[in-house]
Amino acid sequence: MFKGFSHAVIERNLLLLGVLTLITVSIGGLAQIVPLFTVETTIERVQGIRPYTPLELMGRDIYVREGCYVCHSQMVRPFRDEHERYGHYSLAAESMYDRPFQWGSKRTGPDLARVGGRYSDEWHAQHLRDPRSLVPESIMPPYAFLDRPLDTSRIVSAMRTLRALGVPYTDEMIANALADARAQANPEADGSGLAQRYPRARQGNFDGNPRVLTEMDALIAYLQMLGTLVDFRDVTPEQLRQQ
Amino acid sequence: MPTKIEKDALTGRETTGHEWDGLKELNTPLPSWWLYTFYATIAFSVLWMILYPALPLPGATGLTGWTARGALSGELEAARARTEPMMARLRAATPEQIAADPELRAFALAGGRIAFANHCAACHGAGGQGARGGYPNLADDDWLWGGDLAAIHATIRHGIRNQDSEEARMSIMPRFLADGTLTMAQIHDVAEYVLSLSGRATQPAMAARGEGIYAENCASCHGERGEGNQEIGAPRLNDRIWLHGSDRAAIAAYIANPVLGVMPAFGQRLDPAVVNMLTVYVHALGGGR
Repeated sequence: MFKGFSHAVIERNLLLLGVLTLITVSIGGLAQIVPLFTVETTIERVQGIRPYTPLELMGRDIYVREGCYVCHSQMVRPFRDEHERYGHYSLAAESMYDRPFQWGSKRTGPDLARVGGRYSDEWHAQHLRDPRSLVPESIMPPYAFLDRPLDTSRIVSAMRTLRALGVPYTDEMIANALADARAQANPEADGSGLAQRYPRARQGNFDGNPRVLTEMDALIAYLQMLGTLVDFRDVTPEQLRQQ
Repeated sequence: MPTKIEKDALTGRETTGHEWDGLKELNTPLPSWWLYTFYATIAFSVLWMILYPALPLPGATGLTGWTARGALSGELEAARARTEPMMARLRAATPEQIAADPELRAFALAGGRIAFANHCAACHGAGGQGARGGYPNLADDDWLWGGDLAAIHATIRHGIRNQDSEEARMSIMPRFLADGTLTMAQIHDVAEYVLSLSGRATQPAMAARGEGIYAENCASCHGERGEGNQEIGAPRLNDRIWLHGSDRAAIAAYIANPVLGVMPAFGQRLDPAVVNMLTVYVHALGGGR
Protein backbone atom coordinates (compact mmCIF):
# COMPACT_ATOMS: atom_id res chain seq x y z
CA MET A 1 0.00 0.00 0.00
CA PHE A 2 2.78 2.43 0.91
CA LYS A 3 5.00 1.43 -1.94
CA GLY A 4 7.36 4.27 -2.69
CA PHE A 5 6.71 5.71 0.77
CA SER A 6 9.56 4.07 2.57
CA HIS A 7 12.39 5.27 4.80
CA ALA A 8 14.64 5.18 1.82
CA VAL A 9 12.45 7.64 -0.09
CA ILE A 10 11.85 10.07 2.80
CA GLU A 11 15.39 10.11 4.03
CA ARG A 12 16.74 10.96 0.60
CA ASN A 13 14.30 13.75 -0.23
CA LEU A 14 15.07 16.82 1.85
CA LEU A 15 11.87 18.67 0.94
CA LEU A 16 9.62 15.71 1.69
CA LEU A 17 11.44 15.09 4.98
CA GLY A 18 11.00 18.74 5.90
CA VAL A 19 7.28 18.83 5.13
CA LEU A 20 6.55 15.59 6.98
CA THR A 21 8.59 16.78 9.99
CA LEU A 22 6.61 20.01 10.06
CA ILE A 23 3.32 18.14 9.99
CA THR A 24 4.41 15.82 12.78
CA VAL A 25 5.65 18.61 15.04
CA SER A 26 2.60 20.78 14.41
CA ILE A 27 0.32 18.04 15.72
CA GLY A 28 2.06 18.38 19.07
CA GLY A 29 1.87 22.15 18.88
CA LEU A 30 -1.82 22.17 17.98
CA ALA A 31 -2.62 19.94 20.93
CA GLN A 32 -1.26 22.73 23.13
CA ILE A 33 -2.55 25.72 21.19
CA VAL A 34 -6.09 24.74 20.14
CA PRO A 35 -7.41 24.43 23.71
CA LEU A 36 -6.45 28.09 24.25
CA PHE A 37 -9.01 29.11 21.62
CA THR A 38 -11.68 27.97 24.06
CA VAL A 39 -10.13 29.55 27.17
CA GLU A 40 -12.84 32.22 27.32
CA THR A 41 -15.45 29.54 27.87
CA THR A 42 -13.61 28.19 30.92
CA ILE A 43 -13.90 31.48 32.84
CA GLU A 44 -16.82 31.30 35.22
CA ARG A 45 -19.20 34.26 35.29
CA VAL A 46 -18.81 35.10 38.96
CA GLN A 47 -19.03 38.56 40.53
CA GLY A 48 -16.26 40.44 42.26
CA ILE A 49 -13.12 39.74 40.23
CA ARG A 50 -11.14 42.93 39.72
CA PRO A 51 -7.57 43.72 38.67
CA TYR A 52 -4.97 43.96 41.42
CA THR A 53 -4.58 47.31 43.14
CA PRO A 54 -1.19 48.94 42.49
CA LEU A 55 0.09 47.88 45.90
CA GLU A 56 -1.15 44.30 45.49
CA LEU A 57 0.41 44.20 42.04
CA MET A 58 3.79 45.23 43.43
CA GLY A 59 3.37 42.63 46.16
CA ARG A 60 2.65 40.03 43.55
CA ASP A 61 5.87 40.94 41.75
CA ILE A 62 7.77 40.48 45.01
CA TYR A 63 6.04 37.13 45.46
CA VAL A 64 7.33 36.10 42.04
CA ARG A 65 10.76 37.66 42.55
CA GLU A 66 11.33 35.80 45.82
CA GLY A 67 10.18 32.55 44.27
CA CYS A 68 7.33 31.96 46.72
CA TYR A 69 5.71 29.80 44.04
CA VAL A 70 8.56 27.30 44.37
CA CYS A 71 7.10 26.11 47.66
CA HIS A 72 3.53 27.46 47.66
CA SER A 73 0.85 26.64 45.11
CA GLN A 74 -2.16 28.89 44.51
CA MET A 75 -4.63 26.30 43.35
CA VAL A 76 -7.23 24.64 45.53
CA ARG A 77 -8.00 21.51 43.54
CA PRO A 78 -11.51 20.06 43.42
CA PHE A 79 -10.90 17.32 45.98
CA ARG A 80 -12.73 16.92 49.24
CA ASP A 81 -9.63 17.04 51.44
CA GLU A 82 -8.56 20.33 49.87
CA HIS A 83 -12.09 21.68 50.12
CA GLU A 84 -12.15 20.91 53.85
CA ARG A 85 -8.75 22.46 54.50
CA TYR A 86 -8.56 25.46 52.19
CA GLY A 87 -12.12 26.22 51.13
CA HIS A 88 -13.85 26.36 47.77
CA TYR A 89 -11.84 25.07 44.81
CA SER A 90 -10.07 27.73 42.76
CA LEU A 91 -11.91 29.15 39.77
CA ALA A 92 -10.44 30.02 36.40
CA ALA A 93 -11.98 33.46 36.88
CA GLU A 94 -9.92 34.03 40.01
CA SER A 95 -6.66 34.01 38.06
CA MET A 96 -7.94 35.67 34.90
CA TYR A 97 -5.77 38.77 35.51
CA ASP A 98 -2.69 36.78 36.57
CA ARG A 99 0.20 37.07 34.16
CA PRO A 100 1.64 34.58 34.66
CA PHE A 101 -0.67 32.57 36.94
CA GLN A 102 0.80 31.21 40.16
CA TRP A 103 -1.06 27.89 40.30
CA GLY A 104 2.07 25.80 40.82
CA SER A 105 2.24 22.11 41.53
CA LYS A 106 4.68 21.92 44.43
CA ARG A 107 3.58 22.27 48.00
CA THR A 108 6.45 22.40 50.42
CA GLY A 109 4.36 24.97 52.26
CA PRO A 110 0.58 25.17 52.25
CA ASP A 111 -1.53 26.35 49.33
CA LEU A 112 -2.04 30.12 49.42
CA ALA A 113 -4.95 30.53 46.99
CA ARG A 114 -7.29 31.40 49.90
CA VAL A 115 -4.86 32.69 52.51
CA GLY A 116 -6.42 36.18 52.41
CA GLY A 117 -8.07 37.18 55.69
CA ARG A 118 -7.06 33.93 57.34
CA TYR A 119 -4.44 35.55 59.55
CA SER A 120 -3.92 39.10 60.77
CA ASP A 121 -1.54 41.56 59.09
CA GLU A 122 0.60 41.46 62.22
CA TRP A 123 0.82 37.69 61.92
CA HIS A 124 2.01 37.91 58.33
CA ALA A 125 4.62 40.54 59.14
CA GLN A 126 5.99 38.57 62.08
CA HIS A 127 5.81 35.30 60.15
CA LEU A 128 7.66 36.72 57.15
CA ARG A 129 10.34 38.23 59.38
CA ASP A 130 10.80 35.15 61.51
CA PRO A 131 8.64 32.17 60.51
CA ARG A 132 9.78 29.93 63.36
CA SER A 133 8.69 32.43 66.01
CA LEU A 134 5.12 31.46 65.12
CA VAL A 135 5.38 28.03 63.54
CA PRO A 136 8.27 26.22 65.25
CA GLU A 137 8.32 23.33 62.77
CA SER A 138 8.42 25.61 59.70
CA ILE A 139 11.33 25.37 57.26
CA MET A 140 10.47 28.64 55.51
CA PRO A 141 13.38 31.09 55.17
CA PRO A 142 13.04 34.46 56.92
CA TYR A 143 12.21 37.49 54.76
CA ALA A 144 13.02 40.26 57.23
CA PHE A 145 14.84 42.16 54.48
CA LEU A 146 11.47 43.04 52.94
CA ASP A 147 11.26 45.86 55.51
CA ARG A 148 12.89 48.15 52.98
CA PRO A 149 11.28 50.90 50.92
CA LEU A 150 9.26 49.72 47.95
CA ASP A 151 10.55 50.74 44.55
CA THR A 152 7.44 52.48 43.23
CA SER A 153 8.96 53.62 39.94
CA ARG A 154 7.77 50.45 38.23
CA ILE A 155 4.08 50.63 39.12
CA VAL A 156 2.86 52.64 36.17
CA SER A 157 4.84 50.76 33.54
CA ALA A 158 3.76 47.44 35.05
CA MET A 159 0.11 48.47 34.84
CA ARG A 160 0.54 49.71 31.25
CA THR A 161 2.14 46.41 30.26
CA LEU A 162 -0.68 44.43 31.82
CA ARG A 163 -3.22 46.64 30.06
CA ALA A 164 -1.58 45.79 26.75
CA LEU A 165 -2.10 42.14 27.67
CA GLY A 166 -5.81 42.66 28.31
CA VAL A 167 -6.10 43.55 31.99
CA PRO A 168 -8.72 46.33 32.20
CA TYR A 169 -6.70 49.06 33.90
CA THR A 170 -8.25 52.43 33.05
CA ASP A 171 -6.38 55.69 32.48
CA GLU A 172 -7.77 56.85 35.80
CA MET A 173 -6.35 53.80 37.60
CA ILE A 174 -2.93 54.33 36.05
CA ALA A 175 -2.94 58.07 36.78
CA ASN A 176 -3.72 57.42 40.45
CA ALA A 177 -1.46 54.37 40.83
CA LEU A 178 1.06 55.86 43.23
CA ALA A 179 -1.56 57.63 45.34
CA ASP A 180 -3.61 54.43 45.55
CA ALA A 181 -0.56 52.42 46.61
CA ARG A 182 0.22 54.91 49.39
CA ALA A 183 -3.42 55.12 50.50
CA GLN A 184 -3.78 51.36 50.75
CA ALA A 185 -0.81 51.03 53.11
CA ASN A 186 -2.01 53.75 55.45
CA PRO A 187 -5.34 53.18 57.21
CA GLU A 188 -5.59 56.87 58.09
CA ALA A 189 -5.34 58.02 54.46
CA ASP A 190 -8.41 58.85 52.40
CA GLY A 191 -9.28 55.58 50.68
CA SER A 192 -12.45 56.58 48.88
CA GLY A 193 -10.77 56.74 45.45
CA LEU A 194 -9.09 53.40 46.05
CA ALA A 195 -12.34 51.77 47.14
CA GLN A 196 -14.19 53.15 44.15
CA ARG A 197 -11.58 51.99 41.63
CA TYR A 198 -10.89 48.66 43.30
CA PRO A 199 -13.98 47.30 45.10
CA ARG A 200 -13.23 45.43 48.35
CA ALA A 201 -9.64 46.64 48.42
CA ARG A 202 -8.66 46.75 52.09
CA GLN A 203 -6.55 49.49 53.57
CA GLY A 204 -4.20 48.40 56.29
CA ASN A 205 -1.13 49.15 58.26
CA PHE A 206 0.34 45.97 56.87
CA ASP A 207 3.89 46.06 58.23
CA GLY A 208 3.18 48.08 61.38
CA ASN A 209 4.73 51.30 60.06
CA PRO A 210 2.31 53.53 58.14
CA ARG A 211 4.93 56.15 57.36
CA VAL A 212 7.12 54.18 54.94
CA LEU A 213 5.82 52.18 52.00
CA THR A 214 7.83 48.96 52.13
CA GLU A 215 8.06 45.73 50.18
CA MET A 216 6.58 44.08 53.27
CA ASP A 217 3.47 46.30 52.91
CA ALA A 218 3.06 45.27 49.29
CA LEU A 219 3.54 41.55 49.85
CA ILE A 220 1.13 41.41 52.80
CA ALA A 221 -1.47 43.47 50.90
CA TYR A 222 -1.22 40.89 48.12
CA LEU A 223 -1.40 37.88 50.44
CA GLN A 224 -4.38 39.35 52.30
CA MET A 225 -6.50 39.66 49.14
CA LEU A 226 -5.76 36.19 47.75
CA GLY A 227 -8.96 34.25 47.24
CA THR A 228 -11.19 36.89 48.82
CA LEU A 229 -12.69 38.57 45.75
CA VAL A 230 -15.47 36.08 45.10
CA ASP A 231 -18.08 35.77 47.83
CA PHE A 232 -18.97 32.09 47.56
CA ARG A 233 -22.10 32.51 49.65
CA ASP A 234 -23.67 34.33 46.68
CA VAL A 235 -22.38 32.07 43.90
CA THR A 236 -24.90 29.88 42.09
CA PRO A 237 -24.07 26.56 40.39
CA GLU A 238 -25.10 28.18 37.12
CA GLN A 239 -22.35 30.80 37.48
CA LEU A 240 -19.76 28.12 38.12
CA ARG A 241 -20.61 26.17 34.97
CA GLN A 242 -17.90 26.29 32.35
CA GLN A 243 -19.66 26.29 29.04
CA MET B 1 19.72 0.81 -1.04
CA PRO B 2 19.10 -2.84 -1.76
CA THR B 3 16.59 -4.37 0.60
CA LYS B 4 17.46 -7.98 0.83
CA ILE B 5 16.46 -9.81 3.96
CA GLU B 6 18.89 -12.56 4.71
CA LYS B 7 19.75 -14.88 7.53
CA ASP B 8 22.75 -13.89 9.60
CA ALA B 9 25.12 -16.79 9.87
CA LEU B 10 26.44 -16.06 13.37
CA THR B 11 23.16 -15.45 15.26
CA GLY B 12 20.72 -17.29 13.06
CA ARG B 13 18.48 -14.20 12.99
CA GLU B 14 17.18 -12.32 10.00
CA THR B 15 18.51 -8.92 9.04
CA THR B 16 16.35 -5.89 8.39
CA GLY B 17 17.50 -5.79 4.79
CA HIS B 18 19.16 -2.40 5.22
CA GLU B 19 22.79 -2.18 4.34
CA TRP B 20 25.17 0.74 4.76
CA ASP B 21 28.61 0.38 3.28
CA GLY B 22 28.51 -3.32 3.93
CA LEU B 23 27.14 -2.96 7.49
CA LYS B 24 23.91 -4.88 8.09
CA GLU B 25 21.39 -4.57 10.89
CA LEU B 26 19.89 -7.50 12.77
CA ASN B 27 16.12 -7.50 13.03
CA THR B 28 15.26 -7.94 16.69
CA PRO B 29 11.53 -7.37 17.02
CA LEU B 30 9.97 -6.17 20.27
CA PRO B 31 8.58 -9.00 22.41
CA SER B 32 5.01 -9.66 21.44
CA TRP B 33 3.71 -9.23 25.02
CA TRP B 34 5.17 -5.71 25.00
CA LEU B 35 3.77 -4.93 21.59
CA TYR B 36 0.24 -6.08 22.46
CA THR B 37 0.31 -4.18 25.74
CA PHE B 38 1.26 -1.10 23.75
CA TYR B 39 -1.62 -1.63 21.33
CA ALA B 40 -3.96 -2.16 24.27
CA THR B 41 -2.95 1.20 25.79
CA ILE B 42 -3.74 2.91 22.48
CA ALA B 43 -7.16 1.26 22.41
CA PHE B 44 -7.66 2.29 26.05
CA SER B 45 -6.82 5.91 25.27
CA VAL B 46 -9.42 5.98 22.49
CA LEU B 47 -12.02 4.50 24.84
CA TRP B 48 -11.01 7.06 27.49
CA MET B 49 -11.42 9.95 25.09
CA ILE B 50 -14.94 8.79 24.30
CA LEU B 51 -15.98 8.26 27.91
CA TYR B 52 -14.25 11.14 29.68
CA PRO B 53 -13.75 14.85 28.89
CA ALA B 54 -10.63 14.78 26.74
CA LEU B 55 -11.28 16.88 23.69
CA PRO B 56 -10.49 20.59 24.00
CA LEU B 57 -13.90 21.67 22.80
CA PRO B 58 -16.53 23.75 24.60
CA GLY B 59 -18.97 21.52 26.37
CA ALA B 60 -17.06 18.31 25.62
CA THR B 61 -17.83 16.11 28.59
CA GLY B 62 -17.55 12.55 27.30
CA LEU B 63 -20.25 9.90 27.35
CA THR B 64 -20.13 9.39 31.12
CA GLY B 65 -20.71 13.10 31.78
CA TRP B 66 -18.00 12.98 34.45
CA THR B 67 -16.38 16.22 35.60
CA ALA B 68 -13.93 16.76 38.45
CA ARG B 69 -16.17 19.45 39.94
CA GLY B 70 -19.25 17.30 39.58
CA ALA B 71 -17.50 14.40 41.29
CA LEU B 72 -16.47 16.71 44.13
CA SER B 73 -19.96 18.04 44.71
CA GLY B 74 -21.26 14.48 44.88
CA GLU B 75 -18.57 13.59 47.39
CA LEU B 76 -19.27 16.68 49.48
CA GLU B 77 -22.99 15.94 49.39
CA ALA B 78 -22.40 12.38 50.57
CA ALA B 79 -20.10 13.59 53.36
CA ARG B 80 -22.63 16.22 54.36
CA ALA B 81 -25.43 13.65 54.48
CA ARG B 82 -23.26 11.51 56.76
CA THR B 83 -22.28 14.28 59.17
CA GLU B 84 -25.34 16.53 58.98
CA PRO B 85 -27.43 14.84 61.71
CA MET B 86 -24.69 15.49 64.26
CA MET B 87 -23.74 18.86 62.79
CA ALA B 88 -27.37 20.00 62.98
CA ARG B 89 -27.45 19.13 66.68
CA LEU B 90 -24.14 20.91 67.26
CA ARG B 91 -25.46 23.93 65.38
CA ALA B 92 -28.72 24.09 67.29
CA ALA B 93 -27.19 23.67 70.74
CA THR B 94 -25.41 26.38 72.70
CA PRO B 95 -21.80 25.73 73.73
CA GLU B 96 -23.05 25.27 77.31
CA GLN B 97 -25.48 22.55 76.20
CA ILE B 98 -22.79 20.84 74.16
CA ALA B 99 -20.36 20.86 77.07
CA ALA B 100 -23.02 19.35 79.33
CA ASP B 101 -24.05 16.53 76.95
CA PRO B 102 -21.41 13.74 76.93
CA GLU B 103 -22.22 12.61 73.39
CA LEU B 104 -22.18 16.10 71.85
CA ARG B 105 -19.11 17.00 73.86
CA ALA B 106 -17.18 14.01 72.52
CA PHE B 107 -18.00 14.98 68.95
CA ALA B 108 -17.21 18.65 69.59
CA LEU B 109 -13.81 17.84 71.07
CA ALA B 110 -12.90 15.56 68.16
CA GLY B 111 -14.11 17.99 65.50
CA GLY B 112 -12.78 20.99 67.39
CA ARG B 113 -9.29 19.48 67.47
CA ILE B 114 -9.23 19.23 63.66
CA ALA B 115 -10.68 22.70 63.11
CA PHE B 116 -8.24 24.16 65.64
CA ALA B 117 -5.27 22.63 63.80
CA ASN B 118 -6.46 24.16 60.54
CA HIS B 119 -7.72 27.56 61.62
CA CYS B 120 -6.19 28.48 64.99
CA ALA B 121 -2.84 26.74 65.38
CA ALA B 122 -0.90 29.09 63.08
CA CYS B 123 -1.23 31.83 65.71
CA HIS B 124 -2.08 30.07 68.97
CA GLY B 125 0.21 27.07 68.47
CA ALA B 126 -0.57 23.43 67.85
CA GLY B 127 -1.53 22.85 71.49
CA GLY B 128 -2.95 26.32 72.12
CA GLN B 129 0.26 27.34 73.87
CA GLY B 130 0.37 30.71 72.09
CA ALA B 131 3.37 32.47 70.60
CA ARG B 132 5.59 35.43 71.41
CA GLY B 133 4.38 38.55 69.65
CA GLY B 134 0.90 38.82 71.11
CA TYR B 135 -0.69 35.41 70.48
CA PRO B 136 -2.21 34.38 73.81
CA ASN B 137 -1.86 30.99 75.39
CA LEU B 138 -5.32 29.36 75.34
CA ALA B 139 -4.38 26.49 77.61
CA ASP B 140 -3.85 28.56 80.76
CA ASP B 141 -6.45 30.32 82.88
CA ASP B 142 -5.43 33.89 82.02
CA TRP B 143 -7.96 35.39 79.62
CA LEU B 144 -7.95 38.72 77.84
CA TRP B 145 -11.60 38.79 76.79
CA GLY B 146 -13.09 36.25 79.17
CA GLY B 147 -12.71 32.51 79.49
CA ASP B 148 -16.23 31.19 79.94
CA LEU B 149 -17.98 29.45 77.07
CA ALA B 150 -20.05 32.46 76.05
CA ALA B 151 -17.04 34.78 75.96
CA ILE B 152 -14.89 32.31 74.00
CA HIS B 153 -17.77 31.79 71.58
CA ALA B 154 -18.14 35.54 70.99
CA THR B 155 -14.41 35.96 70.45
CA ILE B 156 -14.18 33.14 67.91
CA ARG B 157 -17.31 34.26 66.13
CA HIS B 158 -16.60 37.97 65.80
CA GLY B 159 -12.84 38.13 66.26
CA ILE B 160 -10.82 41.00 67.64
CA ARG B 161 -10.13 44.41 66.06
CA ASN B 162 -10.84 43.17 62.53
CA GLN B 163 -12.73 44.86 59.72
CA ASP B 164 -14.87 41.79 58.98
CA SER B 165 -17.44 41.91 61.76
CA GLU B 166 -19.44 44.79 63.19
CA GLU B 167 -19.39 43.07 66.54
CA ALA B 168 -15.66 42.40 66.63
CA ARG B 169 -14.15 43.03 70.04
CA MET B 170 -12.69 46.51 69.91
CA SER B 171 -10.44 48.46 72.22
CA ILE B 172 -7.43 50.61 71.62
CA MET B 173 -4.43 51.27 73.78
CA PRO B 174 -2.94 54.69 72.99
CA ARG B 175 0.57 54.96 71.62
CA PHE B 176 1.91 56.88 74.60
CA LEU B 177 5.18 57.92 72.97
CA ALA B 178 4.07 58.36 69.38
CA ASP B 179 1.00 60.36 70.46
CA GLY B 180 3.19 62.58 72.64
CA THR B 181 1.35 61.77 75.89
CA LEU B 182 4.45 60.65 77.79
CA THR B 183 8.20 61.00 77.41
CA MET B 184 10.43 57.96 77.20
CA ALA B 185 11.72 58.62 80.73
CA GLN B 186 8.15 58.68 82.07
CA ILE B 187 7.41 55.48 80.17
CA HIS B 188 10.36 53.73 81.82
CA ASP B 189 9.15 54.95 85.20
CA VAL B 190 5.66 53.63 84.66
CA ALA B 191 7.05 50.35 83.30
CA GLU B 192 9.03 49.97 86.52
CA TYR B 193 5.84 50.64 88.49
CA VAL B 194 4.04 47.99 86.42
CA LEU B 195 6.80 45.54 87.38
CA SER B 196 6.14 46.39 91.02
CA LEU B 197 2.53 45.22 90.62
CA SER B 198 3.82 41.66 90.34
CA GLY B 199 6.56 42.26 92.91
CA ARG B 200 9.41 42.49 90.44
CA ALA B 201 10.49 46.13 90.74
CA THR B 202 14.15 46.76 91.47
CA GLN B 203 14.27 50.57 91.24
CA PRO B 204 12.02 51.95 94.01
CA ALA B 205 12.60 55.56 92.99
CA MET B 206 11.50 54.93 89.42
CA ALA B 207 8.48 52.93 90.53
CA ALA B 208 7.47 55.72 92.89
CA ARG B 209 7.64 58.24 90.05
CA GLY B 210 5.66 55.86 87.84
CA GLU B 211 2.82 55.37 90.32
CA GLY B 212 1.20 58.71 89.61
CA ILE B 213 1.61 58.30 85.86
CA TYR B 214 0.00 54.88 86.09
CA ALA B 215 -2.97 56.18 88.07
CA GLU B 216 -3.54 58.92 85.54
CA ASN B 217 -3.00 57.04 82.26
CA CYS B 218 -3.33 53.31 82.84
CA ALA B 219 -5.57 52.56 85.79
CA SER B 220 -8.84 53.33 84.01
CA CYS B 221 -8.38 50.26 81.79
CA HIS B 222 -5.89 48.04 83.59
CA GLY B 223 -7.29 48.68 87.07
CA GLU B 224 -5.92 50.39 90.19
CA ARG B 225 -3.82 47.36 91.08
CA GLY B 226 -3.28 46.08 87.54
CA GLU B 227 -6.09 43.55 87.79
CA GLY B 228 -7.10 44.09 84.15
CA ASN B 229 -10.56 44.33 82.62
CA GLN B 230 -11.95 41.60 80.40
CA GLU B 231 -14.80 43.82 79.23
CA ILE B 232 -12.33 45.78 77.12
CA GLY B 233 -9.61 43.18 76.75
CA ALA B 234 -7.21 45.04 79.02
CA PRO B 235 -4.71 42.44 80.25
CA ARG B 236 -3.93 41.83 83.90
CA LEU B 237 -0.63 43.45 84.77
CA ASN B 238 -0.19 42.05 88.29
CA ASP B 239 0.55 38.48 87.22
CA ARG B 240 3.61 37.00 85.53
CA ILE B 241 1.96 36.27 82.19
CA TRP B 242 3.17 38.60 79.44
CA LEU B 243 2.26 38.67 75.77
CA HIS B 244 5.02 40.92 74.51
CA GLY B 245 7.89 40.27 76.92
CA SER B 246 8.19 40.70 80.67
CA ASP B 247 11.29 42.84 81.29
CA ARG B 248 11.20 46.59 81.69
CA ALA B 249 12.58 47.29 78.23
CA ALA B 250 9.88 45.18 76.56
CA ILE B 251 7.11 46.68 78.66
CA ALA B 252 8.35 50.21 77.97
CA ALA B 253 8.60 49.53 74.24
CA TYR B 254 5.03 48.31 74.26
CA ILE B 255 3.72 51.33 76.17
CA ALA B 256 5.55 53.59 73.73
CA ASN B 257 4.06 51.99 70.64
CA PRO B 258 1.68 49.09 71.29
CA VAL B 259 0.99 46.38 68.71
CA LEU B 260 -2.68 45.58 69.18
CA GLY B 261 -3.71 42.00 68.56
CA VAL B 262 -6.06 41.21 65.67
CA MET B 263 -8.10 38.06 65.18
CA PRO B 264 -10.31 37.27 62.15
CA ALA B 265 -14.06 36.79 62.59
CA PHE B 266 -14.42 33.04 62.18
CA GLY B 267 -18.20 33.22 62.32
CA GLN B 268 -18.03 34.44 58.73
CA ARG B 269 -15.61 31.76 57.59
CA LEU B 270 -16.90 28.65 59.36
CA ASP B 271 -20.14 26.76 59.88
CA PRO B 272 -21.78 27.80 63.20
CA ALA B 273 -21.49 24.16 64.27
CA VAL B 274 -17.71 24.36 63.81
CA VAL B 275 -17.58 27.59 65.83
CA ASN B 276 -19.45 25.77 68.61
CA MET B 277 -17.06 22.82 68.42
CA LEU B 278 -14.06 25.15 68.58
CA THR B 279 -15.56 26.93 71.58
CA VAL B 280 -15.94 23.70 73.53
CA TYR B 281 -12.48 22.50 72.44
CA VAL B 282 -10.70 25.73 73.42
CA HIS B 283 -12.60 25.82 76.70
CA ALA B 284 -11.39 22.29 77.40
CA LEU B 285 -7.73 23.03 76.63
CA GLY B 286 -7.17 23.66 80.29
CA GLY B 287 -8.17 27.17 81.23
CA GLY B 288 -11.90 27.32 80.60
CA ARG B 289 -13.91 28.99 83.31
